[in-house]
Amino acid sequence: MSKAIAAIVGPGNIGSDLMYKLLRRSDAMEARYMIGVDPTSDGLARARGVGLTASAEGVDWLLRQDELPDIVFEATGARAHLANAPRYRELGIMAIDLTPAAVGPYCVPAVNLEANLDQMNLNMVTCGGQATVPIVAAVSRVVPVDYAEIVSSLSSKSAGPGTRANIDEFTETTSDALVKVGGATRGKAIIILNPAEPPMMMRNTVFCSIPAAVLDDKALQDQVSESIHKMVASIQTSYVPGYQMKAEPQFEAPKDIWNGMARVAVFLQVTGRGDYLPEYAGNLDIITSAAAQVGDLIAQRRIIPAKDSK
Amino acid sequence: MTDTRDKAGNIIGTQREVRLTDTTLRDGSHPMRHRFTEQQVRAVVRGLDQAGVEVIEVTHGDGLGGSSFNYGFSLVESFKLIEAAAEEAQRAKIACLLLPGLGTIEDLKTAYAAGAKVARIATHCTEADISIQHFGAAREIGMETVGFLMLSHRIPPAQLAEQAVIMADAGCQCVYVVDSAGALILEEASDRVKALVDAIGDRAQVGYHGHQNLSLGLANSILAQRAGARQIDVALCSLGAGAGNTPTEVMAAVFDRLGVKTEVDVFQLLDLAENTVRPFIDRLPFMDQGSVMVGYAGVYSSFLLHAERAAERYGVPAHELLQVAGERGYVGGQEDMLIDIALEKAAERTGEAKS
Repeated sequence: MSKAIAAIVGPGNIGSDLMYKLLRRSDAMEARYMIGVDPTSDGLARARGVGLTASAEGVDWLLRQDELPDIVFEATGARAHLANAPRYRELGIMAIDLTPAAVGPYCVPAVNLEANLDQMNLNMVTCGGQATVPIVAAVSRVVPVDYAEIVSSLSSKSAGPGTRANIDEFTETTSDALVKVGGATRGKAIIILNPAEPPMMMRNTVFCSIPAAVLDDKALQDQVSESIHKMVASIQTSYVPGYQMKAEPQFEAPKDIWNGMARVAVFLQVTGRGDYLPEYAGNLDIITSAAAQVGDLIAQRRIIPAKDSK
Repeated sequence: MTDTRDKAGNIIGTQREVRLTDTTLRDGSHPMRHRFTEQQVRAVVRGLDQAGVEVIEVTHGDGLGGSSFNYGFSLVESFKLIEAAAEEAQRAKIACLLLPGLGTIEDLKTAYAAGAKVARIATHCTEADISIQHFGAAREIGMETVGFLMLSHRIPPAQLAEQAVIMADAGCQCVYVVDSAGALILEEASDRVKALVDAIGDRAQVGYHGHQNLSLGLANSILAQRAGARQIDVALCSLGAGAGNTPTEVMAAVFDRLGVKTEVDVFQLLDLAENTVRPFIDRLPFMDQGSVMVGYAGVYSSFLLHAERAAERYGVPAHELLQVAGERGYVGGQEDMLIDIALEKAAERTGEAKS
């Protein structure tokens, strides 16, 4: 069986972590190219060191190669992907976008993977979105969620220059995905960078408004909790083993400071696999693992069969 | 007193010897549980404006976009309060606060359209680079800019000055040493101000934002001014997070006695604090057990009420939650972690009871 050829554009924290994930865990993809724009980049040197073909001449170089990639993972920034996306499409290259550009539909594997496998451009939302949208979806499957809010805390060391320069895009894209994929009517996302040493694990809190009647209905509460537990288990077993709840979901009665809404609160911790940065950087793992999983499935379902039939 | 000028020769920041920026209607939003009414905002702005205060900050306690489950929802949304404030102010400029990661440039533009003329962009003291986009946008739309290095006690003066340079380079016209925890003690405050003045003094002004948790907000502000700070944050009746901020009316009186020109009317401010603000405060900030622990443990002042709420729900002492929050180094915005600590403590207790 052949493998799909993968290129990673953007040799920063996310691109480097993704590279190790593809090298160590993917049977369907061959990590062939690492693309950057800075010849002195550590990320390019690192990629060369593990056998990839690395170039600092950008996407122009990549798209000039005789053997083009089947899949491009974009780990640059939103602006770069907006420029690159039409070029990948023109050449029939599958794009998996890890920036907040949102050219293609949002893909959160635990929620809507199957529905998106025929797309040519998929957006992986944000690390905070990958960690929290599934929980909102789990709640909104049982009870209506008028408003979902998430707080993602990342260790400062795990947030590279791309994340720092695009912080508005992070909150905007994540909020949007809470609605479009999570099923909430309104969404809000908050990101916090914490410089504590030793670095903090990635933490996420999800608040979903729920109908006040849920507070008096133990059976319905149990259904909500069960739906959340199932979602956590499915993420753990299928792509992020270090994804866990810190405590049971907390149901809370309406308060005036919450403008009369009742809520369920879910506290999550994401421990990374330490592929590139140490285990505190669960924020890298959750988005790169999701991207790698999508890439594997698309390679198996679409790309490899097409190659093998030639 | 010389003016601070940019490269093109334009005066930046304040021309006064020292500018008092009143934050009653922003930091004070915390003890008011974000329930300010439009009427209260109008009355306070009118009084401050008449007393000659140059800048009045009006926003949810956690800035634009702060209205949320995590921090508490505003009774009246910030944009509406800013609009009311701008209508009342004849001379004063209305300021708004924005924390990147919570509020966005879109929010800033909306605030500007509602009448905010000063953008105060706040980051944790080590994370100044997440504010670069926001300073750029604020300057582009023509707002005066102020930068907040929050929880300034967590890093030494030289390192704080490096972060201040990042803000100044991004277009910030006054960088504040923000003692969000009310943890700085005398020279610890003035050494930081001096380090910032030395690093950016000819390009941007320096400010100081104090809290009263260890009863030093006002004393630190005097030392800050002597070390070169030109902008000082204050709040009427100390209305602010934790044990509150440096009290406007007292700071004005003290600077007057010291011969430092603030160009505000002390008597009008005393009257405003006593007769307009005091009557609507149902929780007057005070150096109680929790507030002192905030300063002592060095945690974000607005954690206080969130710790109290979590303590009440889970039956664990608030001051213990604050102490743990300090040990773990949580930063502003991580109010959700107080529930997390309370759940851990409650689980420990159940474990103890069982064994």
